[in-house]
Amino acid sequence: MGDLTRLSAAALAERLAAGDVSSVEVTRAHLDRIAAVDPAVHAFLHVDAEGALATAADVDARRAAGEDLHPLAGVPIAIKDVVVTRGMPTTAGSRILEGWVPPYDATLVERIRAARLPILGKTNMDEFAMGSSTEHSAFGDTHNPWDLDRIPGGSGGGSAAAVAAYEAPLAIGTDTGGSIRQPAAVTGTVGVKPTYGGVSRYGLIAMASSLDQAGPVSRTVLDAALLHALVGGHDPRDSTSLPDPLPDVVGAARRGATGDLTGVRLGVVRELGGEGYQQGVRRRFEESLEVLQAAGAEVVEVSCPHFEYALAAYYLIMPSEASSNLARFDGMRYGLRVEPADGPVTAERVMAATRGAGFGDEVKRRVILGTYALSAGYYDAYYGSAQKVRTLVQRDFAAAFEQADVLVSPTAPTTAFRLGEKLDDPMAMYLNDVATIPANLAGVPGISVPNGLDEGLPVGFQVLAPAKADDRLYRVAAALEARLEERWGGPLLAQAPELEVTR
Amino acid sequence: MSTISREEVARLAGLARIDLTESELTRLAGELDVIVEAVATVSRVATDDVPATSHPLPLHNVFRPDVVTATLPVEEALAAAPAAEDGRFAVPQILEED
Amino acid sequence: MTTEATPLVDYDDAVRRYDPVLGIEVHVELGTASKMFDGAPTEFGAPPNTQTTPVSLGLPGSLPVVNEKAVEWAVLIGLALNCEIAESCRFARKNYFYPDLPKAYQISQYDEPIAHDGWVDVELEDGTTVRVEIERAHMEEDAGKNTHVGGAAGRIHGAEYSLVDYNRAGVPLVEIVTKPITGVGARAPEVARAYVQTLRDMFRALGVSEARMERGNVRADVNVSLRPSPDAPLGTRTETKNVNSFRSVERAVRFEISRQAGVLDSGAAVVQETRHWHEDTGITTPGRVKSDAEDYRYFPEPDLVPIVPDRAWVEGLRASLPEMPAARRRRLQAAWGYSDAEMRDVVNAGALDLVEATVAAGASPAAARKWWMGELARTANEQGASLEELPVTPAQVAELQGLVDAGRLNDKLARQVLAGVLAGEGSPQEVVAARGLEIVSDDGALLAAVDEALAAQPDVVEKIRGGNLGPVGAIIGAVMKATRGQADAARVRELVLERVKG
Repeated sequence: MGDLTRLSAAALAERLAAGDVSSVEVTRAHLDRIAAVDPAVHAFLHVDAEGALATAADVDARRAAGEDLHPLAGVPIAIKDVVVTRGMPTTAGSRILEGWVPPYDATLVERIRAARLPILGKTNMDEFAMGSSTEHSAFGDTHNPWDLDRIPGGSGGGSAAAVAAYEAPLAIGTDTGGSIRQPAAVTGTVGVKPTYGGVSRYGLIAMASSLDQAGPVSRTVLDAALLHALVGGHDPRDSTSLPDPLPDVVGAARRGATGDLTGVRLGVVRELGGEGYQQGVRRRFEESLEVLQAAGAEVVEVSCPHFEYALAAYYLIMPSEASSNLARFDGMRYGLRVEPADGPVTAERVMAATRGAGFGDEVKRRVILGTYALSAGYYDAYYGSAQKVRTLVQRDFAAAFEQADVLVSPTAPTTAFRLGEKLDDPMAMYLNDVATIPANLAGVPGISVPNGLDEGLPVGFQVLAPAKADDRLYRVAAALEARLEERWGGPLLAQAPELEVTR
Repeated sequence: MSTISREEVARLAGLARIDLTESELTRLAGELDVIVEAVATVSRVATDDVPATSHPLPLHNVFRPDVVTATLPVEEALAAAPAAEDGRFAVPQILEED
Repeated sequence: MTTEATPLVDYDDAVRRYDPVLGIEVHVELGTASKMFDGAPTEFGAPPNTQTTPVSLGLPGSLPVVNEKAVEWAVLIGLALNCEIAESCRFARKNYFYPDLPKAYQISQYDEPIAHDGWVDVELEDGTTVRVEIERAHMEEDAGKNTHVGGAAGRIHGAEYSLVDYNRAGVPLVEIVTKPITGVGARAPEVARAYVQTLRDMFRALGVSEARMERGNVRADVNVSLRPSPDAPLGTRTETKNVNSFRSVERAVRFEISRQAGVLDSGAAVVQETRHWHEDTGITTPGRVKSDAEDYRYFPEPDLVPIVPDRAWVEGLRASLPEMPAARRRRLQAAWGYSDAEMRDVVNAGALDLVEATVAAGASPAAARKWWMGELARTANEQGASLEELPVTPAQVAELQGLVDAGRLNDKLARQVLAGVLAGEGSPQEVVAARGLEIVSDDGALLAAVDEALAAQPDVVEKIRGGNLGPVGAIIGAVMKATRGQADAARVRELVLERVKG
């Protein structure tokens, strides 16, 4: 039967449907893998073996009874801890929510449960999704399976590492400025940020409401499409949810896998590359362009002059919204409550003591920055101006998409850096997201797909498409994946060093 | 040139209701200064003729009908409360009335 | 609680030397079935925290969705206030920390209210009309309720802890803000009261709220400032929060005028601050001094999208606006021919709808008023009930009056019939039939009684024969007594005279 954890979700789904394996076997294999490698990787904050196996057993029983099941029924999944799960602890990587068990499910979790995917557990992340390395989790670092001394990216380092380490075939991530795509790039996995409004935000613990978007994390482009199709689509509980039907992302992934991109115009964004990008990252990008051209794609250069200001605008809008979204963690209704060390115990002082003790450094930094940006007298100069930059970034995208069907760039400027390397330099940490942030500001979809190694560490290739044209991402990424795997003789992850197994 | 003083950070921390230690105040003042200077570049291109965008995609008039839906059972509403009494959330004394 | 040293200035003296300027913010809770941004019910008086969802508790991850009915009603209020309805408007977040505010921000409207620049005419008791200019009407959500435990009951100071009920959190509110109300001089307190009353009546007429003051459905914040003369620039204002009865609005304004005049007379400056109204003592005391805490860091609510009211829809709502209470009162008064005092009594007794329905059912306006303001008002008063609560319908009152008008009942009988109706014995006709209360004008029956009475008092007969008609009344009285009041008194008189003279 081989190692079930090495199979893609699509392959597992096929074997489950054919009756070759049971969901209990598949789920148990992944739980065993978690037990074996997670002490070293620390991708999970919470593992729900019992719940996952119960769902798996239920799926097996239903399948045996001949029930019509969702194609992914029985395929296990991991969920980033920023997504609320009824009856399962949800902390968003923060001390302030330690032990909180939500009384409701996020819409995407409802859909996952309805399709009967066993939920393995909740994955580690930077506290409230603030960070690019998962080092800002209150519950310890996650380690990159390619090199345990290195970061798995962030904020969704847990989901990416879990998938890369074969602890789960599928995971859910969230992406506010790159938190799905950048971890995918540095762990050699696939991550998709759908069009804003394409996947319901109901039940996502908000960082920046106008930027946050949940999406799939997987090892293959087709798996990402299958999960995207499951969790995406309109939700009346999210006012910003798109009413449009989801494009056929699965069909696009299958079509792309034929390796033919004849007639597709790729726009290389001049501003997302060059200086500041590691040499090996640039080299892999150039090679990928050649591969795509060989597949029939046409390459044009486009310019997005205002992307230069995107990072600055992002670091005003995101903290501003976050300062407001995180205000509810005040120790009154749920989560941590800390009384001041001395002086009267009043609601005001308990709130401040709770937030002082419950939030980590990066959260404090961003909340204070956001408070400053929204504060009387600064609003126009900061938040107001940032919203204007957003308009300019959108215009740049609109102009670029007149010349090209999709835009392409490296996903991240560097490969995985060492744990602790950038922890004391917030600006250096923020620069990790320079290529991913424009998509969040404009609401357009993006994917990161592995495109090689640089000094033994994975590099990611980013594809961006116009809003609501998520299918284009899948077609181009699947074509690149197919052609590169042909060249490599298998998936990039096969080149990763074997993790030591703890028993 | 410093734009965010230690005192300013203390004022913001008060607004954001976060107790900061002395060393945190000092460190944050320095860090925020760097960040604020970097992000101030937005004002270079944010001219009067550019409209602001607050939503990435232009939707409007999204409503729900005035229909009552299921409520949380009170024990679930209170389950995570640090303190509760008589079906209500217990909170420390409130000194200032809004 | 601080008491301020400056003495109050006599009210009349204060308004002789200072010109008061008002600004009033009225919050009305809309009577929608569900909350502003989620499906939790809004029923008043439910057990604590039984009317919440993840959204109204502000749980992490929850998101708001706008209640369509609340928007419609906010537009209706805007139209009734002669406002312009925004082409497009947005919600904003007002950020502040308070235990009753689940998300630590209130979703409100800031620079883009749904309605703006309107006016409403306010009628004072003596019939004077004052036009109050409206700055804006905007939508927002209510907060939960704190109950303070320990220390002085119900007061914030001295409480040891508080208990919070979030049932009210998220109930839709519309806040209506006036422009500065100037030129009303000594009548400022009366204008303030009449304005709030006018809005209350309007909310009821529109059917957007039960508008019950005692339940806090309508709450007023009153801004008062003084200036030396109407030509002087506006003075520093204070805002007295949560003044929740008509009478309190009037008293609070009056108190602030006296207090501020005292401050100004002493040479000091009025402090711009929030003040609290104390119903028991009739004074205001300072609350928090406006400071950093007032930096609400408003920004557009990213979880909601703009509202762009369709113009045809707005015009449809405008066409559907019911007649406003003041206009209706004027129309009905003219139609019924009531004096100002009569009309005021009817309105104050809450009898307007009842009288209107009684008239519509065929009674004359005078008779309708007589019943509702007389016998029925007395009964209601005795029973401690409102007129609406009495078990009698306007149609029954009209039917009763019809029997009087047809000569089948006299006043006394009609009151007895009414008592029967109130006792649940049926319609007036049914009571008349069951109790046999109809006036007896049948000569045969009456003559027997007349003869009996005359026979019993021969001396009286003599007097009448002698031309002294005075004692006729005594005979009529005896006949009435014998017929238990059911005799037609006029006919009895005729019969007595016929018999004596014949």
